[in-house]
Amino acid sequence: MRRFLVIGLIAIWTLFSGISAGFAVQPSEILPDPVLEKRARAISAELRCLVCQNQSIDDSDAPLAGDLRRLVRERLVAKDSDADVIDYIVARYGEFVLLKPRFELSTLLLWLTPIIVLLGGMVLVSRSAARPAGSAQSDTLTDEEKTKLSEILANDQR
Amino acid sequence: MIVEFGHFALILALLVAVVQVVVPAAGASLRDERMMRVAEPAAVSQLFLIAIAFFALMQAYVTSDFSVANVAENSHSTKPLIYKMAGVWGNHEGSMLLWVLILSVFGAAVAVFGNNLPPTLKARVLSVQASIAVAFLLFTLMTSNPFMRLDPAPSDGRGLNPILQDPALAFHPPFLYTGYVGFSIAFSFAIAALIEGRIDAAWARWVRPWTLAAWMFLTIGIAMGSWWAYYELGWGGWWFWDPVENASFMPWLAGTALLHSALVMEKREALKVWTILLAILTFSLSLMGTFIVRSGVLTSVHSFAVDPARGVFILAILIFFTGGGLALFALRAKDMQTGGLFQPVSREGSLVLNNLLLVTSAATVLVGTLYPMLLESLTGAKISVGPPFFNSTFGPLMVPLLLALPIGPMLAWKRGDLAGVMQRLAFALLAATVAVVAVFAIEHRGPWLAPFGIALGVYVMAGAAFEWANRIKLGTATREEVIRRAMNLPRSAYGTLFAHFGIGMLVVGIVATSAYREEHILVMKPGQSLVVDGYDLTFSGVEAGRGPNYREDVADFDVKRDGATVTRLTPSKRLYDAPPQPTTEAGIYASWRGDLYVVIGDPQPDGGYAVRAYFNPLVRFIWIGALIMFIGGGISLSDRRLRVGAPARSQRPAVVPAE
Repeated sequence: MRRFLVIGLIAIWTLFSGISAGFAVQPSEILPDPVLEKRARAISAELRCLVCQNQSIDDSDAPLAGDLRRLVRERLVAKDSDADVIDYIVARYGEFVLLKPRFELSTLLLWLTPIIVLLGGMVLVSRSAARPAGSAQSDTLTDEEKTKLSEILANDQR
Repeated sequence: MIVEFGHFALILALLVAVVQVVVPAAGASLRDERMMRVAEPAAVSQLFLIAIAFFALMQAYVTSDFSVANVAENSHSTKPLIYKMAGVWGNHEGSMLLWVLILSVFGAAVAVFGNNLPPTLKARVLSVQASIAVAFLLFTLMTSNPFMRLDPAPSDGRGLNPILQDPALAFHPPFLYTGYVGFSIAFSFAIAALIEGRIDAAWARWVRPWTLAAWMFLTIGIAMGSWWAYYELGWGGWWFWDPVENASFMPWLAGTALLHSALVMEKREALKVWTILLAILTFSLSLMGTFIVRSGVLTSVHSFAVDPARGVFILAILIFFTGGGLALFALRAKDMQTGGLFQPVSREGSLVLNNLLLVTSAATVLVGTLYPMLLESLTGAKISVGPPFFNSTFGPLMVPLLLALPIGPMLAWKRGDLAGVMQRLAFALLAATVAVVAVFAIEHRGPWLAPFGIALGVYVMAGAAFEWANRIKLGTATREEVIRRAMNLPRSAYGTLFAHFGIGMLVVGIVATSAYREEHILVMKPGQSLVVDGYDLTFSGVEAGRGPNYREDVADFDVKRDGATVTRLTPSKRLYDAPPQPTTEAGIYASWRGDLYVVIGDPQPDGGYAVRAYFNPLVRFIWIGALIMFIGGGISLSDRRLRVGAPARSQRPAVVPAE
């Protein structure tokens, strides 16, 4: 069960990571080597088009995005690894260019939110479940309820 | 003159709303029936007045009255009629007017249909509802008045952004707002219940139809926006984790959680305190969404209002209602009795898990959306949070949710039998296994885990189908018995089955199109051909054309499959007259296998054209799935037991034994 869950998690992660495909990429930019091109596309989807509002360089037809796409491909042709290419771009354009921020002190809360909320919620649920059964609803009736009950029964018998 | 009339009606509506806040609330605490009864005519006349204002503005748009600043800035005399009408809400001021109109529709609906509510509760609900109206009417009149005149009037307007001139988008905002604003009713009921200091199963029964209606409209509103993005933005994407999309998605997630927790409260009197909190939070997220979209704090493609004065005003509204609601909750919640105990493995337990995961994912989207802005204002550091972040955090949260989804409805209340349910789900698990094998056999590309994702969707779909078969004893009982059972199954049960089936379809569509999309980017000269997923596309050239308010270059593709002509695709590039802005119109051929999607790009120096062609397998499952969810909501809403006027009556036959 646990293994299946892990596989499932990775599955969804992989699938959802590949959602946005390229539209802005021009035919002239495409590298002849399909393996390199595929890597270029994957890297492009992680990098922000700096002059756009919420697009990756893979999605944007802005000229600056085109420059960055060519830069990514130049670095790949120069035999850089994927991480090297990203480091190179970040060194030039800053952390802002990353659509998935790095796990750092300043992004701690961002990355940990799902875990904190999930664990916090679990603690709350288990604490409220662990509460003794009698605390919320007692089995005996209060005086008020007793009079009400006898009234109802009296009405019923009439 | 009609415009001034509308302006005056809007001011009157504000005054009526103020009366509706004060008098019924005072009446409820003084137990004065006459004062409480003021709420009903006030709510109805508030609706009437805002409708006058709304149609006065629409009249100005339809007649192209450019002496009205709002019309001059956002409309144009050559625009087709439907977009003149839709233009009313295609801008900041008009969309706020639509917002308050829908708010007052919901308020008036409670006033008219809420006859079975206890009088004090009804008076308080309408009073709280009116306080939201006061806030937004003030906002509209003070910072976003659509009735301002221009002198001298310009001879023609500036026009509506052409990418917004589209039928799906014309009706996207009204659906979306009906969803957003509909959650205000749940909020008003929660606040009224906290003031009353009393909540029970009946409360959930009154709130659930409104929440369900709001959820339905939000579902279809989001789906329409996604569908529009898919064919209009010209790159076949359908979800971008844009802040504005997130703004509508957060209340959807919280609202979905609310629907499920209200179910527990209605049936078992458990989770009462939590449900109240969730009702407050869901509407707060709607307000947050309004803030994000309307203030322009997060600049994105969708934001057309960038004005700090407005942002501060909406922020104040947000803080007042969220803060006030939570403060009241903190004050009163501890006095509320919790009831209905249950084992972890039970229907209740599964719904708690559902809530936990949905609320966590809503929190993830909320923090991801606001984080860059908060970090920048605190430390000055600029970071981006985009699709890769959301995919890697939101995605994993959905896996356990989907795995548990078919199990939950099969578990018994209070104490469930997991082993027994897994036995009954054997067929669904088998269907999922078959799906894995089949996908591996058909597709050799894509991530190797993708078949498991498709299997997850198939498992959810099959789970819903087999649950139905189980409940009507298909295959084990006689034919008459099966039919009788199918007829007797409550509509709310059908609603659940539909909605859960729709989710499964949606997942299959998402995974299939993400993992197995085929893409070609190339230069094509007239006469050249291309093969896309078995289709032969022959490019015959580009011709210039002219529409009502645009010029366009239309490309022509002849599509054949196995030598037989299938269709002709005519993707085009348009340039609108006012404002002069280019758009891409994709050529799409839909079949049950998926969409053939062709876009034409710029002419190249060698006489060819840049062409992008895609095959998006099963992509329509995404919107069909959402539509099935919407229909499921509608079926459930039509259940007599859920209907607004019926709860008291329908409960009795179930309780009294038939002797």
